[in-house]
Amino acid sequence: MAVLQFREAIREAIDEEMDRDESVFIMGEEVAEYNGAYKVTEGLLDKYGFKRVIDTPISELGFAGIGVGAAMNGLRPIVEFMTFNFAVLAADQIINHASKARYMLGGQLDVPIVFRGPNASAGQLGATHSVAYDSMYAQFPGMSVIYPSEPDDAKGLLKSAIRNNDTVLFMESEQMYGLKGEVSEEEDYIIPIGKAKIKREGDDVTIVASGKMYHIAKQAAEQLAKDGVEAEIIDPRTIKPFDIETVIKSVKKTNRCIVVDESHPFGGMAAEVGFLIQRDAFDYLDAPVRRVTLPDVSAPFSKPLFDLWMPNAKDIIQAVNAVTYRS
Amino acid sequence: MAKKQKEAFFTPIGIDTGQNGEIEKSVKLPEATKKTHKQLGLSDDDVVNMFEQMYLQRRFEERAMQMYQKGKFGGFLHLYIGQEAVSTGTVFAINDDDDIITAYRDHGWGLVRGVTAKEGMAELYGKATGCSKGKGGSMHFAKVENHFWGGYGIVGGHIPIGGGLAFANKYQQNNRIATCFLGDGAVDQGALHETLNMSQLWSLPCIYVVENNGYSMGTSTRRHTVGEIHERSKGYGMKSALFNGMDVFTVYENMKKIAEEVRKDSMPWFVEIRTYRYRGHSMSDPQKYRTKEELEEYQKTDPIQRLKTYLIDKKVTDKKNLEEIENRVEEQVLEAIDFAEESPFPEDEALFEDMYADEPFFHDKK
Repeated sequence: MAVLQFREAIREAIDEEMDRDESVFIMGEEVAEYNGAYKVTEGLLDKYGFKRVIDTPISELGFAGIGVGAAMNGLRPIVEFMTFNFAVLAADQIINHASKARYMLGGQLDVPIVFRGPNASAGQLGATHSVAYDSMYAQFPGMSVIYPSEPDDAKGLLKSAIRNNDTVLFMESEQMYGLKGEVSEEEDYIIPIGKAKIKREGDDVTIVASGKMYHIAKQAAEQLAKDGVEAEIIDPRTIKPFDIETVIKSVKKTNRCIVVDESHPFGGMAAEVGFLIQRDAFDYLDAPVRRVTLPDVSAPFSKPLFDLWMPNAKDIIQAVNAVTYRS
Repeated sequence: MAKKQKEAFFTPIGIDTGQNGEIEKSVKLPEATKKTHKQLGLSDDDVVNMFEQMYLQRRFEERAMQMYQKGKFGGFLHLYIGQEAVSTGTVFAINDDDDIITAYRDHGWGLVRGVTAKEGMAELYGKATGCSKGKGGSMHFAKVENHFWGGYGIVGGHIPIGGGLAFANKYQQNNRIATCFLGDGAVDQGALHETLNMSQLWSLPCIYVVENNGYSMGTSTRRHTVGEIHERSKGYGMKSALFNGMDVFTVYENMKKIAEEVRKDSMPWFVEIRTYRYRGHSMSDPQKYRTKEELEEYQKTDPIQRLKTYLIDKKVTDKKNLEEIENRVEEQVLEAIDFAEESPFPEDEALFEDMYADEPFFHDKK
């Protein structure tokens, strides 16, 4: 095991895949000469040159579409967005074209493309830089949505994403790029898309949390353990396809579940997982499933309001207390 | 006493403005080429074949319209009638492995790039034997093996994809160029401008062609966009051209010259081809935005009639042979209708097919 920062794990995945396949290239704002807005692509220009590491203008719709066309015509683009908040401008290409072209042309072409970049809030950046888009994109068929929480998951899943022959959205976090973690040194380390991982075992309550939310769930679980409550944490890692079987199995053991979701509450991952649990494990539940999400309000700037807005470990503990009838 | 204020108008209004009794045309056609087919390097067989291709597109759509009106199939039906010289002249001018992508008015493009009349008609009927297995319908004809990447339904959405096809050609150094066709309505989309900028910046071997047929749905060109369309690319330092799209030789001559240049220097072009659509935007269009006189004026310049007259005047072929071709095409289209009607609809299982190249996944599929 090597200890790597999240950004280094992502870079290794990109580097290894570019090395093994000439058709893989990366484009996006500041990815080449600037070495990446968050230094994810640092050194790649020196190694692969201007043909395969391409700085784009600030034209998300345009370069996303050029990526889609290139993917149809034999290449494997990695399109970096400086944040998925900016990718809203490219949503037509992601939703209407990348994910649909194959089906509507009766399978005549493939769109092997990875759209990646940071997702959700990165602190006090105001309303337009703070939205989590994983649940929204998971709504649409035709593409996978990955939101890993730790460097090891990030490396193995990004390599899978680049090799996948369909559209994949790979989401990161500005606040996690510096996060260190052990990463497998296995040669050609691949994690299959769509498999959840039980990251902490426990018998009292199941907590489902991905991406940045995994880390607050972990804090909450440590706190709860001091009170004798053992939480089982499941990191789905992939939002679509969603590994509901692993969650159901855990709920049948713990009989209680909290879903933590960085999205707004309406129709998000938390709502979907909650629905599936009530349908498939109804008789096993000792309490209604609870969720911890953002409120249905845009991100505020002011620090106290922001702290109120963002889910934290305390919110999770409160939810656990409610489902264990300890509050 | 308060002065009466002038009413605030935004869009230039009305189909009658500035008429002075003359017919107000939505597009003014530039002069057609004076060159003969021989001077353009086309053989007698080539031009007879051009006629057959154009006639097929025309009759296919006229018959499709009848079938639509009979209620044989649903969905949208955007007809290309009047614009056949653009698709045909282009396909004869570029290489067979050069890439073509277009918007939703795509039947003519499909037919001239290898979608058979049977596959096309079956697609309109939503049958499993259609070119896109009945999954796409009228707006999504495609023949990817022949480098026709399809018709796309979001106005302007396919423009960057055209740039991406060219990007991949340059990346792979395969000597292919891409051609991306859009309507005059798409000129107003931001996607065009982002793509033009990147294409010039990155020297993408792509020809962006506006088929200016006079109307963005029901809004005439002068009411939806400012200035001259072909001049739009000047701001990007991109080469541009304007020519007549009602004459197949003019389209052929210009597209051939431009394609050769793009293949040589890998610099993009922005082209406005002026043409005219005879039918409404789609089948539900009452066409209140134009006069009958205007339509008749353009029908006098019909590209198929024009070529037919040329073939006879220049004695390239005779009336009898042309009649035989017309009968053959008519037969082909009628057979296509029979084929479409007799073909099976897709099986229920097909609903879940073609979504994924890799292992398919469907959330909550029981």
